[in-house]
Amino acid sequence: MQVSVKYFASLREVIGEANSVVDIEEGSSVDSLWQSIIKRKNIEFDNVMMAVNMEYVKSEYQLKTGDEVAFFPPVTGG
Amino acid sequence: MLIEIRKKPFNAYAEMQYYLDSLDIVGKYGATANFVGSMRDFNEDKKVTHMTLEHYPGMTEKHLETIAKEAIEKWKLLDVLILHRIGKVNIGEDIVLVATWTAHRKDAFESCRAIMEQLKSGAPFWKKEETNSGAKWVEKNTPGY
Repeated sequence: MQVSVKYFASLREVIGEANSVVDIEEGSSVDSLWQSIIKRKNIEFDNVMMAVNMEYVKSEYQLKTGDEVAFFPPVTGG
Repeated sequence: MLIEIRKKPFNAYAEMQYYLDSLDIVGKYGATANFVGSMRDFNEDKKVTHMTLEHYPGMTEKHLETIAKEAIEKWKLLDVLILHRIGKVNIGEDIVLVATWTAHRKDAFESCRAIMEQLKSGAPFWKKEETNSGAKWVEKNTPGY
């Protein structure tokens, strides 16, 4: 199945792109998607935050086809 | 309730008055609390010249709306205003405004602080500071409590 993935701020710069569409196995967790991305990109990134369809999720959250997944560093607004 | 992400500079105090004038809560509110965050020229002993604020369009607004709605319910707010800058921010410009209107001061103070702390810890914004020695992403916010 396919999901869209967004990266923000310092992570976008490390990854080298803002958006991508990724093929993953049915029933994959958001963490397994993250692990596959950092492995493929050969990067290390601590304290990543994860959101699906614009809401924070835990790492074990199970993805569905068409989900909008976002990975980003700790927020620093205000 | 009004929540806006602004690309252009705003004057927090003028915005608060302008919004209050649009409300029909005169005689009902007895307390106004507000927090204004503004752009400093230093951070962690470094001179900062300006910064760029990024957000996650859609999620940021949704997250702020959830925070505001929870506060309205918990502290019986008569109204709440949240403004936040994005884009290039210069020294002295306002970055964020949170204002709450309630009958009594306890609810006003507590709700304003709670909204601000939740915004700081969860709303998807990121700051990149420009210093004389180059640009740097801010890694974390200072604790508020």
